[in-house]
Amino acid sequence: MKRLATLALLVLAIFATPIFGTSAWAQTFPQLTGRVVDDAHLLSVDQVAALDQKLAALEKQSQRQLVVATVPDLQGQEIEDYGYRLGRAWGLGDKQRNDGAILLVAPKERKVRIEVGYGLEGILTDALSEVIIQREIVPRFKVGDYFGGIDAATDQLIAQLQLPEDQAKQVAAQAAKASEEASRKAAEPHFTIGTVVFLVIFGLVFVVPFLGAMAGGGRRYRSGPGVIVIPSGGWGSGWGSGGSGFGGGSDWGGSGGGGSDFSGGGGSFGGGGATGDW
Amino acid sequence: MSRAFHRFLPRFALAAVAAGSLAGCGVNTIPTAEENAKAKWAEVQNQYQRRADLVPNLVATVKGYAKQEQDTLVKVTEARAKATSVQITAADLTDPAKVAAFQSAQGQLSQGLGRLMANVEAYPDLKSNQNFLALQSQLEGTENRIAIARRDYNDAVQSYNTTIRTFPAVIGAKVIYGAKPMVPFQATTPGAEEAPKVNFN
Repeated sequence: MKRLATLALLVLAIFATPIFGTSAWAQTFPQLTGRVVDDAHLLSVDQVAALDQKLAALEKQSQRQLVVATVPDLQGQEIEDYGYRLGRAWGLGDKQRNDGAILLVAPKERKVRIEVGYGLEGILTDALSEVIIQREIVPRFKVGDYFGGIDAATDQLIAQLQLPEDQAKQVAAQAAKASEEASRKAAEPHFTIGTVVFLVIFGLVFVVPFLGAMAGGGRRYRSGPGVIVIPSGGWGSGWGSGGSGFGGGSDWGGSGGGGSDFSGGGGSFGGGGATGDW
Repeated sequence: MSRAFHRFLPRFALAAVAAGSLAGCGVNTIPTAEENAKAKWAEVQNQYQRRADLVPNLVATVKGYAKQEQDTLVKVTEARAKATSVQITAADLTDPAKVAAFQSAQGQLSQGLGRLMANVEAYPDLKSNQNFLALQSQLEGTENRIAIARRDYNDAVQSYNTTIRTFPAVIGAKVIYGAKPMVPFQATTPGAEEAPKVNFN
């Protein structure tokens, strides 16, 4: 019996191995530990703090999320493939505006990329990203000045992202209002358009026939529909919370320094930006 | 009261079961997956259109510098004309022949552009032209976006096709929607998958 158990375990192990194997194959990205993720250890603590402060200020002013990331290696992928997947994995930028960007440095492959979220493609164009990489980053990286290159490029990117200041402020104010509203709504039961539509349809399909049946049956059954109200309320709140998933994006914007409170807002990436090597 | 309750309970239970089983048959999941795939397709077309829009400018710029490339330029222009003429709507996505035609037309433009960008390496004046450099980075970026849009579309199609072929949504797919599987992108023409390599050095 014991042998049988051992055999079963062995068989199980053999069959299980490929599963674990494939899950190990699934891509792992660095943790989004802050606005500067220096996994390749190119920067000093002070340099990270200085960059973080700038990036936090940008985010406070414009709501846009720019992250500096250095990675030990690209796991055998092209930096273009790695970059957009990293951006999606981190979900930088707001879910609605997709206004995140990454300055991605891969020293092992000697590749650098500015990865631009969907919503910023019109501002951080491919051509501009290219110019910033070629002018600010490549010459400095060639002489080993990683911080200099990253810092100069970050300044350029921030300047561009802050450029239409009144517009950016307007967006920020709007976004602040929207996120305020979203977080307020998250606290109370939802009653969104979806709920209303659902209730109307529900009413037409189920309640009206009910009432019709009741009218036929006589007045004494009027208390019947009370049964229906309970499930519709439950459905309604479930509905609403689905729509407010983006509310998570409103939690960032804490002051610079501590990076642990930083997280993406669910923004997506589609390959905008440019790549360079040195 | 109790009589009323007993009278309506079976009806209500029936309605609930009907609603539940309808939802289980993919009444919601099938259209959701389908719309998702169509949206991803729109992005694919969008990016191909973006590339097509770059071509006239690119051809005009190259023409001024590289007279010997007339032949390549004509081919690129023709391929662009063909690629923009083969349009398919979201409803055609279940038709393998139409998707293949679209793909092959775009593949030919990819090849033409690849050849052109390889040949212009021989023209140092052109390669230092600001306008050309901007176009080159735009083209490179667009190829990158096309690759991603195609991958996203294929993922969405795979998810949709899996949905309509697996239980329980397969019931809804057959009975209610008559849903047909969508056609993913494949690398049919050799090199079509390859974006033109653009070297900045």
